[in-house]
Amino acid sequence: MTALRPDLRIIADNIDAGSRVLDVGCGDGALMAALRDSRQVRARGLELDPANVSAAVTRGLSVIQGDADTDLADYPSGSVDYAILSQTLQTTRAPHLVLEELLRIGRQAFVSFPNFAHWRIRMSLLTHGRMPVTRLIPEAWYETPNIHHVTIDDFRSLIATRGWTCDGEWFLSGDQQTSRGMANLLAEHAVFLLRR
Amino acid sequence: MASASASHSDARFGLDRRVTLLGPLPLDCGAALAPVEIAYETYGSLNADKSNAVLICHALTGDQYVASSHPITGKPGWWMRLVGTGKPVDPARDFIICANVIGSCMGSSGPATVNPATGTPWGMDFPVLSIADMVRAQALLFDYLGIGTLAAVIGGSMGGMQALSWPVLYPDRVRAALVIASTARHSAQNIAFHEVGRQAIMADPRWRKGAYYADGDVPASGLAVARMAAHITYLSEAGLTEKFGRRLQARDGAAGADCDGSSFGFDADFQIQSYLRHQGISFVDRFDANSYLYITRAMDYYDLAQPHDGVLARAFMGTKTRFCLISFDTDWLYPTAESRRIVHALNAAGAEASFVELSSPFGHDAFLLECPEMNRIVDGFLRAGANR
Repeated sequence: MTALRPDLRIIADNIDAGSRVLDVGCGDGALMAALRDSRQVRARGLELDPANVSAAVTRGLSVIQGDADTDLADYPSGSVDYAILSQTLQTTRAPHLVLEELLRIGRQAFVSFPNFAHWRIRMSLLTHGRMPVTRLIPEAWYETPNIHHVTIDDFRSLIATRGWTCDGEWFLSGDQQTSRGMANLLAEHAVFLLRR
Repeated sequence: MASASASHSDARFGLDRRVTLLGPLPLDCGAALAPVEIAYETYGSLNADKSNAVLICHALTGDQYVASSHPITGKPGWWMRLVGTGKPVDPARDFIICANVIGSCMGSSGPATVNPATGTPWGMDFPVLSIADMVRAQALLFDYLGIGTLAAVIGGSMGGMQALSWPVLYPDRVRAALVIASTARHSAQNIAFHEVGRQAIMADPRWRKGAYYADGDVPASGLAVARMAAHITYLSEAGLTEKFGRRLQARDGAAGADCDGSSFGFDADFQIQSYLRHQGISFVDRFDANSYLYITRAMDYYDLAQPHDGVLARAFMGTKTRFCLISFDTDWLYPTAESRRIVHALNAAGAEASFVELSSPFGHDAFLLECPEMNRIVDGFLRAGANR
């Protein structure tokens, strides 16, 4: 599990052994494979990109090619312990509805996303007046899949508006965990654990 | 493919096997079939705990010769890209079984085999079959072979219909189902194309209501036309354009041919014409017209959701089988939407399922052609089962 992306590492470390997981936007299945191999987790995945799906199925994982915006409706309510949405929220057409689906399918949901209010992004926008291109948001505005940029404070506000419960939050800067204090300014990346 | 194993001393295992099972096999149409003749092949050896049996299901005009040469055409096995030493389905690891479906004409009970009540070929007195009947006959075969549970059942097209039906009919007898370029029901368009084929056969004066076995004067023209029409549905427009375009046939001394090679008649001027004619003519040497009627009819009646009030998810409720579905983007016979419909039902039933749409220019036929990505997926899916 050493090669896991830092946000996935946090999620992996906080999932109970033997639990059932749905990884929405699972990529090539790196997290699912790690969870299966180290924690005997029964993981299923949903992924848009066919090459990623092939790679995941080739690793022996159960992954379905599909779209988080349209293909979650069929999953039964409460059918998994954790629904996971890592670095995918900002690419969905209706993030709030995707999150509702996640919280319906899973008893709890892990959500990770790049924080658009990180100071480096703010500085970039302030000094250059151009859409920022950073390590975590590497594409130019016209080709980025990130169509719904979000900040940590925006996300907290959505949690409050929707009446969800936050069971945990973790923040990352330069791949290291960082404190809650001024996270909206100092964290590049956030991981939330939610339930309805 | 030969392997020095204990099972080779068992006459039930090996190439070109035939068995006559007493039955009776109750059929969906209400009739019962007895005896039940099944022609099949096995490759590899059954392990001590009988946990490595893999069933390969063939398509409409396929047969049991999945990985050995065809006795009539001499062509190599029809799925040797997937089945064989070093392939995803490997006789070194798996005990592989492929059986001719009932209704077909390569040794299993069908319209061309003898009706015990009359001592003559069944012809159109053979009972009308369903895909489920074919699967139940395979289950009879496994009873005879002493195999309780299949590690996997694999099929493309009509073979995929059987593979998908297996866990529905025998939830405790199959651990994994791999369904390629297939569907959970025949669409109006699917039925329409089959109807054209059947009408072509029945319109052939040699068909004689199916009673052509005595003099061997078979409805070859009708069957060839049926095959030609069906073959178009196995390809894609882009594939046809790339392979043939509007190119003309190179012919010497074609009567009346102008300088472009057009005959201004009805000969096979275009390459696509002669290709289709060849497909039709070579097909009649190896296939029985009545079998074509019966099997296409079984496919038309196929709708897995029908016994479950039209709710496909109910067919899979409580299943413990792992599923993997693969579709091809240019397949318009069983398009990706049909696989997605199955996947949605599997999700709703809480089944463990994988699905991917692969890209290929070859239409429905893609599942039989070279496709390294498909092989990797099949390999990963089967190995995941072997690891548990």
